Amino acid sequence: MMSGCAPDAGQVPRPGGALGFRLVLGQPEQYRGRLDRTMAADEGLKRRLADDLDGSFEELVRTYQDRLYSFALRLTARREDAEEAAQDAFVRAYRALGSYPPERIRSLALRAWLYQITLNVVRNRLRGKRLRLVSLDHALSPRGETAWEAPDSEAARPDSRYEESRRRADMATLVAKLPDRYRAPILLRYVEGLSLEEVAKVLGQPVGTAKSNVHRGVNALREALVASRREGVRR
Amino acid sequence: MKTTKGADRIERVLGGFPVERAPATLLPAVLRRVGLADAYWRLDSPVGPVYIAHSKAGISMVTRARSADDFERSFERRFGRSVSAEKSLPPARVNALVRDLKGEGRRALRYDLRGLSEFEQAVLRKALEIPSGEVRPYSWIAKEIGHPGAVRAAGTALAKNPVPLLIPCHRVVRSDGHIGRYSLGGARNKRRLLEVEGAQPHVLERLAASGVRYLGNPEQKYFCYPTCGGVEKLVRSNTVRFHSEREAVTAGYHPCGDCRPPVARAG
Repeated sequence: MMSGCAPDAGQVPRPGGALGFRLVLGQPEQYRGRLDRTMAADEGLKRRLADDLDGSFEELVRTYQDRLYSFALRLTARREDAEEAAQDAFVRAYRALGSYPPERIRSLALRAWLYQITLNVVRNRLRGKRLRLVSLDHALSPRGETAWEAPDSEAARPDSRYEESRRRADMATLVAKLPDRYRAPILLRYVEGLSLEEVAKVLGQPVGTAKSNVHRGVNALREALVASRREGVRR
Repeated sequence: MKTTKGADRIERVLGGFPVERAPATLLPAVLRRVGLADAYWRLDSPVGPVYIAHSKAGISMVTRARSADDFERSFERRFGRSVSAEKSLPPARVNALVRDLKGEGRRALRYDLRGLSEFEQAVLRKALEIPSGEVRPYSWIAKEIGHPGAVRAAGTALAKNPVPLLIPCHRVVRSDGHIGRYSLGGARNKRRLLEVEGAQPHVLERLAASGVRYLGNPEQKYFCYPTCGGVEKLVRSNTVRFHSEREAVTAGYHPCGDCRPPVARAG
Protein backbone atom coordinates (compact mmCIF):
# COMPACT_ATOMS: atom_id res chain seq x y z
CA MET A 1 0.00 0.00 0.00
CA MET A 2 2.62 2.50 1.06
CA SER A 3 5.29 1.24 -1.25
CA GLY A 4 4.68 4.17 -3.48
CA CYS A 5 5.95 6.54 -0.84
CA ALA A 6 9.58 5.52 -0.81
CA PRO A 7 11.55 7.86 -3.00
CA ASP A 8 13.41 6.03 -5.70
CA ALA A 9 15.23 6.87 -8.85
CA GLY A 10 12.08 6.57 -10.89
CA GLN A 11 10.44 9.25 -8.81
CA VAL A 12 12.88 12.07 -9.43
CA PRO A 13 10.94 15.27 -10.03
CA ARG A 14 10.21 15.32 -13.69
CA PRO A 15 8.33 18.40 -14.68
CA GLY A 16 6.08 17.44 -17.48
CA GLY A 17 4.19 19.67 -19.77
CA ALA A 18 0.58 18.75 -19.46
CA LEU A 19 -0.66 18.86 -23.01
CA GLY A 20 -4.34 18.51 -22.24
CA PHE A 21 -6.15 21.78 -22.75
CA ARG A 22 -8.69 23.44 -20.63
CA LEU A 23 -10.11 26.87 -20.29
CA VAL A 24 -7.85 28.95 -18.10
CA LEU A 25 -9.92 29.70 -15.05
CA GLY A 26 -7.76 32.14 -13.22
CA GLN A 27 -10.15 35.02 -12.79
CA PRO A 28 -12.23 35.17 -9.66
CA GLU A 29 -15.40 35.91 -11.67
CA GLN A 30 -14.90 32.77 -13.68
CA TYR A 31 -14.42 30.74 -10.52
CA ARG A 32 -17.75 31.99 -9.33
CA GLY A 33 -19.48 31.01 -12.56
CA ARG A 34 -18.15 27.48 -12.35
CA LEU A 35 -18.98 27.30 -8.69
CA ASP A 36 -22.63 28.27 -9.19
CA ARG A 37 -23.12 25.63 -11.85
CA THR A 38 -21.66 22.76 -9.86
CA MET A 39 -23.52 23.89 -6.76
CA ALA A 40 -26.85 23.84 -8.57
CA ALA A 41 -26.05 20.36 -9.93
CA ASP A 42 -25.02 19.24 -6.44
CA GLU A 43 -28.43 20.22 -5.03
CA GLY A 44 -30.18 17.69 -7.28
CA LEU A 45 -27.54 15.06 -6.60
CA LYS A 46 -27.86 15.51 -2.84
CA ARG A 47 -31.64 15.09 -3.07
CA ARG A 48 -31.22 11.86 -4.98
CA LEU A 49 -28.57 10.60 -2.55
CA ALA A 50 -30.88 11.34 0.37
CA ASP A 51 -33.82 9.56 -1.29
CA ASP A 52 -32.01 6.56 -2.75
CA LEU A 53 -28.34 6.23 -1.87
CA ASP A 54 -27.77 2.92 -3.65
CA GLY A 55 -29.58 4.12 -6.75
CA SER A 56 -27.65 7.38 -7.09
CA PHE A 57 -24.23 6.67 -5.63
CA GLU A 58 -22.80 5.76 -9.04
CA GLU A 59 -23.79 9.23 -10.24
CA LEU A 60 -21.82 10.76 -7.37
CA VAL A 61 -18.73 8.75 -8.34
CA ARG A 62 -19.11 9.63 -12.02
CA THR A 63 -19.54 13.31 -11.18
CA TYR A 64 -16.55 13.59 -8.88
CA GLN A 65 -14.09 10.87 -9.85
CA ASP A 66 -11.94 13.00 -12.16
CA ARG A 67 -11.66 15.89 -9.73
CA LEU A 68 -10.92 13.82 -6.63
CA TYR A 69 -8.46 11.69 -8.58
CA SER A 70 -6.71 14.81 -9.92
CA PHE A 71 -6.57 16.27 -6.42
CA ALA A 72 -5.17 13.05 -4.95
CA LEU A 73 -2.69 12.78 -7.82
CA ARG A 74 -1.38 16.27 -7.14
CA LEU A 75 -1.00 15.38 -3.47
CA THR A 76 0.57 11.94 -3.90
CA ALA A 77 2.18 12.31 -7.34
CA ARG A 78 1.74 8.62 -8.07
CA ARG A 79 -1.12 7.31 -10.15
CA GLU A 80 -1.51 4.10 -8.15
CA ASP A 81 -1.58 6.00 -4.87
CA ALA A 82 -4.02 8.51 -6.27
CA GLU A 83 -6.37 5.82 -7.53
CA GLU A 84 -6.33 3.95 -4.23
CA ALA A 85 -6.85 7.19 -2.31
CA ALA A 86 -9.78 8.20 -4.53
CA GLN A 87 -11.28 4.71 -4.15
CA ASP A 88 -10.92 4.86 -0.36
CA ALA A 89 -12.45 8.33 -0.32
CA PHE A 90 -15.55 7.20 -2.24
CA VAL A 91 -15.96 4.09 -0.09
CA ARG A 92 -15.76 6.23 3.04
CA ALA A 93 -18.23 8.68 1.57
CA TYR A 94 -20.67 5.85 0.80
CA ARG A 95 -20.46 4.46 4.32
CA ALA A 96 -20.86 7.90 5.87
CA LEU A 97 -23.85 8.74 3.64
CA GLY A 98 -25.41 5.42 4.60
CA SER A 99 -25.25 6.40 8.25
CA TYR A 100 -26.57 9.95 7.79
CA PRO A 101 -30.25 10.81 8.07
CA PRO A 102 -31.66 12.23 4.79
CA GLU A 103 -31.84 15.82 6.13
CA ARG A 104 -28.13 15.73 6.86
CA ILE A 105 -27.31 14.57 3.31
CA ARG A 106 -29.51 17.28 1.84
CA SER A 107 -27.74 20.01 3.83
CA LEU A 108 -24.23 18.72 3.19
CA ALA A 109 -21.59 20.98 1.61
CA LEU A 110 -21.06 18.08 -0.75
CA ARG A 111 -18.06 19.24 -2.74
CA ALA A 112 -16.04 20.48 0.23
CA TRP A 113 -16.99 17.33 2.15
CA LEU A 114 -15.65 15.07 -0.61
CA TYR A 115 -12.37 16.99 -0.90
CA GLN A 116 -12.06 16.84 2.87
CA ILE A 117 -12.45 13.05 2.90
CA THR A 118 -9.90 12.75 0.08
CA LEU A 119 -7.41 14.98 1.87
CA ASN A 120 -7.81 12.95 5.08
CA VAL A 121 -7.35 9.67 3.22
CA VAL A 122 -4.18 10.94 1.57
CA ARG A 123 -2.84 12.29 4.86
CA ASN A 124 -3.54 8.99 6.63
CA ARG A 125 -1.87 7.02 3.91
CA LEU A 126 1.20 9.20 4.09
CA ARG A 127 1.22 9.64 7.84
CA GLY A 128 4.71 9.50 9.29
CA LYS A 129 6.26 10.01 5.91
CA ARG A 130 6.94 13.27 4.24
CA LEU A 131 5.17 13.86 1.02
CA ARG A 132 7.76 13.39 -1.62
CA LEU A 133 8.90 16.34 -3.61
CA VAL A 134 7.54 15.60 -6.99
CA SER A 135 6.15 17.52 -9.80
CA LEU A 136 2.43 18.00 -9.88
CA ASP A 137 2.35 17.37 -13.56
CA HIS A 138 4.64 14.40 -13.24
CA ALA A 139 3.99 12.17 -16.21
CA LEU A 140 0.58 13.65 -16.55
CA SER A 141 0.27 14.13 -20.26
CA PRO A 142 -2.01 11.64 -21.98
CA ARG A 143 0.69 10.21 -24.22
CA GLY A 144 3.37 10.31 -21.59
CA GLU A 145 4.93 13.15 -23.54
CA THR A 146 6.41 16.04 -21.66
CA ALA A 147 7.78 19.38 -22.65
CA TRP A 148 11.16 18.61 -21.22
CA GLU A 149 11.39 15.15 -22.60
CA ALA A 150 10.89 16.40 -26.10
CA PRO A 151 13.45 19.16 -26.52
CA ASP A 152 13.18 18.90 -30.29
CA SER A 153 9.64 20.05 -30.17
CA GLU A 154 10.69 23.32 -28.58
CA ALA A 155 11.98 24.63 -31.85
CA ALA A 156 9.08 23.16 -33.74
CA ARG A 157 6.48 24.77 -31.54
CA PRO A 158 7.70 28.07 -30.23
CA ASP A 159 4.09 29.08 -29.74
CA SER A 160 2.11 30.22 -26.78
CA ARG A 161 0.64 26.79 -26.26
CA TYR A 162 4.06 25.41 -25.65
CA GLU A 163 5.00 28.33 -23.43
CA GLU A 164 1.85 27.87 -21.45
CA SER A 165 2.34 24.18 -20.84
CA ARG A 166 5.96 24.81 -19.92
CA ARG A 167 4.96 27.50 -17.45
CA ARG A 168 2.47 25.10 -15.99
CA ALA A 169 5.08 22.39 -15.62
CA ASP A 170 7.45 24.78 -13.86
CA MET A 171 4.67 25.92 -11.57
CA ALA A 172 3.71 22.32 -10.85
CA THR A 173 7.21 21.60 -9.62
CA LEU A 174 7.11 24.62 -7.39
CA VAL A 175 3.75 23.72 -5.90
CA ALA A 176 5.00 20.22 -5.21
CA LYS A 177 7.85 21.71 -3.21
CA LEU A 178 5.54 23.84 -1.08
CA PRO A 179 5.19 22.88 2.57
CA ASP A 180 2.09 20.75 3.28
CA ARG A 181 0.32 23.61 5.05
CA TYR A 182 0.33 25.69 1.88
CA ARG A 183 0.04 23.05 -0.78
CA ALA A 184 -3.48 21.82 0.00
CA PRO A 185 -4.92 25.37 0.29
CA ILE A 186 -3.29 26.39 -3.00
CA LEU A 187 -4.55 23.30 -4.83
CA LEU A 188 -8.07 23.64 -3.46
CA ARG A 189 -8.40 27.35 -4.12
CA TYR A 190 -6.77 27.75 -7.53
CA VAL A 191 -6.49 24.33 -9.16
CA GLU A 192 -9.80 22.91 -7.94
CA GLY A 193 -11.49 26.30 -7.89
CA LEU A 194 -13.15 26.08 -4.48
CA SER A 195 -14.42 29.17 -2.68
CA LEU A 196 -12.53 30.38 0.39
CA GLU A 197 -15.42 29.16 2.55
CA GLU A 198 -15.12 25.70 1.02
CA VAL A 199 -11.34 25.67 1.41
CA ALA A 200 -11.81 26.51 5.08
CA LYS A 201 -14.30 23.66 5.47
CA VAL A 202 -11.97 21.17 3.80
CA LEU A 203 -9.05 22.21 5.98
CA GLY A 204 -11.16 22.46 9.13
CA GLN A 205 -9.92 26.00 9.66
CA PRO A 206 -11.66 29.33 10.22
CA VAL A 207 -12.13 31.21 6.93
CA GLY A 208 -9.59 33.85 8.00
CA THR A 209 -6.91 31.24 8.63
CA ALA A 210 -7.61 29.47 5.35
CA LYS A 211 -7.49 32.78 3.52
CA SER A 212 -4.13 33.71 4.97
CA ASN A 213 -2.75 30.24 4.21
CA VAL A 214 -3.82 30.66 0.59
CA HIS A 215 -2.14 34.08 0.45
CA ARG A 216 1.01 32.84 2.09
CA GLY A 217 1.06 29.94 -0.34
CA VAL A 218 0.87 32.32 -3.28
CA ASN A 219 3.63 34.46 -1.78
CA ALA A 220 5.79 31.41 -1.23
CA LEU A 221 5.18 30.38 -4.83
CA ARG A 222 6.12 33.83 -6.09
CA GLU A 223 9.36 33.83 -4.10
CA ALA A 224 10.15 30.34 -5.37
CA LEU A 225 9.42 31.46 -8.91
CA VAL A 226 11.78 34.42 -8.59
CA ALA A 227 14.44 32.18 -7.04
CA SER A 228 14.14 29.57 -9.77
CA ARG A 229 14.47 32.27 -12.44
CA ARG A 230 17.57 33.64 -10.78
CA GLU A 231 19.00 30.12 -10.78
CA GLY A 232 18.11 29.72 -14.41
CA VAL A 233 19.95 32.95 -15.29
CA ARG A 234 23.02 31.90 -13.35
CA ARG A 235 23.17 28.56 -15.14
CA MET B 1 -2.31 41.41 1.42
CA LYS B 2 -2.65 43.02 -1.95
CA THR B 3 -2.72 40.82 -4.99
CA THR B 4 0.26 41.74 -7.08
CA LYS B 5 0.72 41.21 -10.76
CA GLY B 6 2.92 38.18 -10.04
CA ALA B 7 0.31 36.58 -7.83
CA ASP B 8 -2.30 37.13 -10.50
CA ARG B 9 -0.17 35.27 -12.99
CA ILE B 10 0.44 32.45 -10.54
CA GLU B 11 -3.29 32.04 -10.03
CA ARG B 12 -3.90 31.97 -13.75
CA VAL B 13 -1.28 29.28 -14.32
CA LEU B 14 -2.65 27.19 -11.46
CA GLY B 15 -6.17 27.52 -12.83
CA GLY B 16 -4.90 26.14 -16.12
CA PHE B 17 -3.85 22.84 -14.62
CA PRO B 18 -5.89 20.22 -16.45
CA VAL B 19 -8.38 17.95 -14.71
CA GLU B 20 -6.93 14.45 -14.90
CA ARG B 21 -9.19 11.66 -16.11
CA ALA B 22 -9.70 9.07 -13.41
CA PRO B 23 -8.65 5.59 -14.56
CA ALA B 24 -11.48 3.48 -15.97
CA THR B 25 -10.90 0.96 -13.17
CA LEU B 26 -11.85 3.43 -10.43
CA LEU B 27 -15.65 3.38 -10.73
CA PRO B 28 -16.03 -0.42 -10.96
CA ALA B 29 -13.63 -0.88 -8.03
CA VAL B 30 -15.58 1.57 -5.85
CA LEU B 31 -18.95 0.04 -6.73
CA ARG B 32 -17.59 -3.42 -6.02
CA ARG B 33 -16.17 -2.38 -2.67
CA VAL B 34 -19.43 -0.85 -1.49
CA GLY B 35 -21.40 -3.79 -2.84
CA LEU B 36 -23.21 -1.86 -5.57
CA ALA B 37 -21.49 -3.25 -8.62
CA ASP B 38 -23.07 -5.66 -11.00
CA ALA B 39 -20.72 -8.51 -11.75
CA TYR B 40 -21.25 -11.39 -14.12
CA TRP B 41 -20.44 -15.01 -14.74
CA ARG B 42 -20.42 -16.83 -18.05
CA LEU B 43 -22.05 -20.24 -17.67
CA ASP B 44 -23.02 -23.01 -20.01
CA SER B 45 -26.72 -23.75 -20.31
CA PRO B 46 -28.82 -26.15 -22.39
CA VAL B 47 -29.18 -23.32 -24.92
CA GLY B 48 -25.50 -22.45 -25.04
CA PRO B 49 -23.33 -20.07 -23.02
CA VAL B 50 -25.17 -17.35 -21.12
CA TYR B 51 -24.02 -14.32 -19.16
CA ILE B 52 -25.48 -13.90 -15.68
CA ALA B 53 -25.15 -10.57 -13.88
CA HIS B 54 -25.98 -9.85 -10.27
CA SER B 55 -26.08 -6.78 -8.06
CA LYS B 56 -26.53 -6.15 -4.36
CA ALA B 57 -30.27 -6.61 -4.89
CA GLY B 58 -30.04 -9.96 -6.67
CA ILE B 59 -29.64 -11.52 -10.12
CA SER B 60 -30.10 -8.66 -12.55
CA MET B 61 -29.65 -10.12 -16.02
CA VAL B 62 -29.39 -13.41 -17.89
CA THR B 63 -28.71 -13.24 -21.59
CA ARG B 64 -26.81 -14.66 -24.50
CA ALA B 65 -24.05 -12.61 -26.17
CA ARG B 66 -21.35 -13.16 -28.72
CA SER B 67 -18.62 -12.03 -26.38
CA ALA B 68 -18.04 -10.56 -22.95
CA ASP B 69 -17.64 -7.14 -24.57
CA ASP B 70 -20.98 -7.49 -26.34
CA PHE B 71 -22.60 -8.51 -23.08
CA GLU B 72 -21.11 -5.59 -21.15
CA ARG B 73 -22.31 -3.17 -23.81
CA SER B 74 -25.82 -4.55 -23.92
CA PHE B 75 -26.02 -4.54 -20.12
CA GLU B 76 -24.94 -0.90 -19.99
CA ARG B 77 -27.40 0.01 -22.73
CA ARG B 78 -30.27 -1.64 -20.91
CA PHE B 79 -29.57 -0.53 -17.35
CA GLY B 80 -27.34 2.51 -17.73
CA ARG B 81 -24.77 1.15 -15.31
CA SER B 82 -21.60 -0.77 -15.78
CA VAL B 83 -20.91 -4.44 -15.18
CA SER B 84 -17.65 -6.29 -14.75
CA ALA B 85 -16.55 -9.91 -14.75
CA GLU B 86 -16.96 -11.73 -11.43
CA LYS B 87 -13.81 -13.37 -10.17
CA SER B 88 -15.41 -15.76 -7.69
CA LEU B 89 -17.38 -18.82 -8.74
CA PRO B 90 -21.17 -18.70 -8.88
CA PRO B 91 -23.15 -20.24 -5.99
CA ALA B 92 -23.76 -23.96 -6.52
CA ARG B 93 -27.49 -23.35 -6.78
CA VAL B 94 -27.15 -20.89 -9.64
CA ASN B 95 -24.75 -23.20 -11.38
CA ALA B 96 -27.09 -26.18 -11.12
CA LEU B 97 -30.10 -24.18 -12.26
CA VAL B 98 -28.38 -22.78 -15.31
CA ARG B 99 -26.34 -25.76 -16.41
CA ASP B 100 -28.97 -28.47 -16.06
CA LEU B 101 -32.14 -26.55 -15.19
CA LYS B 102 -32.13 -28.79 -12.15
CA GLY B 103 -33.20 -27.88 -8.67
CA GLU B 104 -36.10 -25.91 -7.40
CA GLY B 105 -34.05 -23.12 -5.91
CA ARG B 106 -35.41 -20.48 -8.24
CA ARG B 107 -37.76 -19.03 -5.70
CA ALA B 108 -35.03 -18.89 -3.06
CA LEU B 109 -32.85 -16.69 -5.27
CA ARG B 110 -33.13 -12.93 -5.11
CA TYR B 111 -33.81 -11.03 -8.31
CA ASP B 112 -32.99 -7.42 -9.06
CA LEU B 113 -36.15 -6.29 -10.84
CA ARG B 114 -35.67 -2.57 -10.27
CA GLY B 115 -36.90 -0.57 -13.21
CA LEU B 116 -39.82 -2.89 -13.92
CA SER B 117 -43.39 -1.85 -13.16
CA GLU B 118 -45.36 -3.46 -10.34
CA PHE B 119 -47.45 -5.33 -12.91
CA GLU B 120 -44.37 -6.63 -14.70
CA GLN B 121 -42.83 -7.77 -11.44
CA ALA B 122 -46.05 -9.54 -10.44
CA VAL B 123 -46.11 -11.39 -13.78
CA LEU B 124 -42.51 -12.53 -13.35
CA ARG B 125 -42.98 -13.60 -9.73
CA LYS B 126 -46.04 -15.57 -10.77
CA ALA B 127 -44.06 -17.37 -13.47
CA LEU B 128 -41.69 -18.50 -10.70
CA GLU B 129 -44.53 -20.59 -9.27
CA ILE B 130 -44.83 -22.86 -12.31
CA PRO B 131 -43.08 -26.13 -11.43
CA SER B 132 -40.42 -27.66 -13.63
CA GLY B 133 -41.86 -29.95 -16.30
CA GLU B 134 -45.12 -28.04 -16.44
CA VAL B 135 -46.50 -25.17 -18.52
CA ARG B 136 -49.29 -22.62 -18.09
CA PRO B 137 -50.99 -20.34 -20.60
CA TYR B 138 -50.50 -16.55 -20.59
CA SER B 139 -54.14 -16.18 -19.52
CA TRP B 140 -53.41 -18.15 -16.34
CA ILE B 141 -50.73 -15.64 -15.31
CA ALA B 142 -53.03 -12.71 -16.01
CA LYS B 143 -55.87 -14.23 -14.02
CA GLU B 144 -53.66 -15.30 -11.12
CA ILE B 145 -52.27 -11.80 -10.55
CA GLY B 146 -55.76 -10.31 -10.60
CA HIS B 147 -55.76 -8.86 -14.11
CA PRO B 148 -57.67 -11.47 -16.12
CA GLY B 149 -58.08 -9.08 -19.05
CA ALA B 150 -54.38 -8.29 -19.34
CA VAL B 151 -53.28 -11.43 -21.22
CA ARG B 152 -51.38 -9.52 -23.88
CA ALA B 153 -49.71 -7.27 -21.31
CA ALA B 154 -48.64 -10.35 -19.38
CA GLY B 155 -47.02 -11.66 -22.56
CA THR B 156 -45.22 -8.36 -23.04
CA ALA B 157 -43.99 -8.42 -19.46
CA LEU B 158 -42.66 -11.95 -19.91
CA ALA B 159 -40.89 -10.89 -23.09
CA LYS B 160 -39.10 -8.24 -21.03
CA ASN B 161 -37.96 -10.78 -18.44
CA PRO B 162 -34.40 -9.68 -17.61
CA VAL B 163 -33.56 -13.05 -16.06
CA PRO B 164 -34.82 -15.82 -18.39
CA LEU B 165 -33.90 -19.41 -17.46
CA LEU B 166 -34.00 -18.46 -13.78
CA ILE B 167 -37.43 -16.85 -13.85
CA PRO B 168 -38.88 -19.56 -16.10
CA CYS B 169 -40.85 -17.56 -18.64
CA HIS B 170 -40.26 -20.49 -20.99
CA ARG B 171 -42.95 -22.33 -19.01
CA VAL B 172 -45.61 -19.91 -20.19
CA VAL B 173 -47.19 -20.87 -23.54
CA ARG B 174 -50.18 -19.95 -25.64
CA SER B 175 -53.41 -21.71 -24.71
CA ASP B 176 -53.95 -22.78 -28.33
CA GLY B 177 -50.89 -24.98 -28.00
CA HIS B 178 -48.33 -22.78 -29.70
CA ILE B 179 -45.09 -22.69 -27.78
CA GLY B 180 -44.95 -18.91 -28.16
CA ARG B 181 -41.99 -16.61 -28.44
CA TYR B 182 -38.82 -16.67 -26.40
CA SER B 183 -36.28 -13.92 -25.76
CA LEU B 184 -33.35 -16.27 -25.28
CA GLY B 185 -32.90 -17.41 -28.84
CA GLY B 186 -36.44 -17.93 -30.05
CA ALA B 187 -39.07 -20.69 -29.96
CA ARG B 188 -36.56 -23.41 -30.74
CA ASN B 189 -34.72 -22.76 -27.50
CA LYS B 190 -37.98 -22.56 -25.59
CA ARG B 191 -38.91 -26.01 -26.88
CA ARG B 192 -35.44 -27.28 -26.01
CA LEU B 193 -35.72 -26.06 -22.41
CA LEU B 194 -39.16 -27.62 -22.00
CA GLU B 195 -37.80 -30.90 -23.35
CA VAL B 196 -34.92 -30.83 -20.87
CA GLU B 197 -37.43 -30.25 -18.10
CA GLY B 198 -39.56 -33.17 -19.30
CA ALA B 199 -42.62 -31.21 -20.37
CA GLN B 200 -42.72 -32.99 -23.78
CA PRO B 201 -43.72 -29.97 -25.88
CA HIS B 202 -44.57 -32.08 -28.96
CA VAL B 203 -47.18 -34.02 -26.97
CA LEU B 204 -48.59 -30.79 -25.59
CA GLU B 205 -48.81 -29.26 -29.05
CA ARG B 206 -50.59 -32.30 -30.47
CA LEU B 207 -53.04 -32.28 -27.63
CA ALA B 208 -53.71 -28.56 -27.95
CA ALA B 209 -54.07 -28.90 -31.73
CA SER B 210 -56.85 -31.42 -31.18
CA GLY B 211 -58.59 -28.85 -29.01
CA VAL B 212 -57.92 -30.43 -25.62
CA ARG B 213 -57.30 -27.83 -22.89
CA TYR B 214 -57.80 -29.77 -19.64
CA LEU B 215 -57.54 -33.28 -18.27
CA GLY B 216 -59.92 -34.70 -15.69
CA ASN B 217 -59.49 -37.28 -12.93
CA PRO B 218 -62.67 -39.45 -13.08
CA GLU B 219 -62.31 -40.90 -9.55
CA GLN B 220 -61.89 -37.63 -7.71
CA LYS B 221 -63.73 -35.53 -10.27
CA TYR B 222 -61.27 -32.66 -10.66
CA PHE B 223 -59.74 -31.17 -13.78
CA CYS B 224 -56.28 -29.72 -14.42
CA TYR B 225 -54.01 -28.16 -16.97
CA PRO B 226 -52.54 -31.07 -18.95
CA THR B 227 -49.06 -30.79 -17.39
CA CYS B 228 -50.22 -30.38 -13.78
CA GLY B 229 -48.33 -32.88 -11.66
CA GLY B 230 -46.22 -33.93 -14.66
CA VAL B 231 -47.00 -35.19 -18.16
CA GLU B 232 -47.16 -38.87 -17.10
CA LYS B 233 -50.81 -38.26 -16.47
CA LEU B 234 -51.28 -37.69 -20.17
CA VAL B 235 -50.51 -41.29 -21.00
CA ARG B 236 -52.74 -42.74 -18.32
CA SER B 237 -55.76 -44.30 -19.98
CA ASN B 238 -58.35 -43.20 -17.48
CA THR B 239 -57.92 -39.43 -17.92
CA VAL B 240 -60.87 -37.55 -19.31
CA ARG B 241 -60.19 -34.86 -21.90
CA PHE B 242 -61.98 -31.53 -21.89
CA HIS B 243 -62.02 -28.83 -24.56
CA SER B 244 -63.06 -26.07 -22.18
CA GLU B 245 -63.60 -25.43 -18.50
CA ARG B 246 -67.33 -25.15 -19.20
CA GLU B 247 -67.31 -28.70 -20.53
CA ALA B 248 -65.47 -29.92 -17.41
CA VAL B 249 -67.76 -28.09 -15.02
CA THR B 250 -70.87 -29.34 -16.85
CA ALA B 251 -69.55 -32.87 -16.46
CA GLY B 252 -69.44 -32.32 -12.71
CA TYR B 253 -65.69 -31.75 -12.34
CA HIS B 254 -64.19 -29.11 -10.07
CA PRO B 255 -60.93 -27.23 -10.72
CA CYS B 256 -57.71 -28.68 -9.31
CA GLY B 257 -56.41 -26.82 -6.27
CA ASP B 258 -52.80 -27.04 -7.41
CA CYS B 259 -52.90 -25.63 -10.93
CA ARG B 260 -56.12 -23.63 -10.44
CA PRO B 261 -57.69 -23.68 -13.92
CA PRO B 262 -60.16 -20.84 -14.48
CA VAL B 263 -63.84 -21.27 -13.78
CA ALA B 264 -66.49 -18.88 -14.96
CA ARG B 265 -68.03 -17.49 -11.81
CA ALA B 266 -71.67 -18.37 -11.45
CA GLY B 267 -73.98 -15.35 -11.62
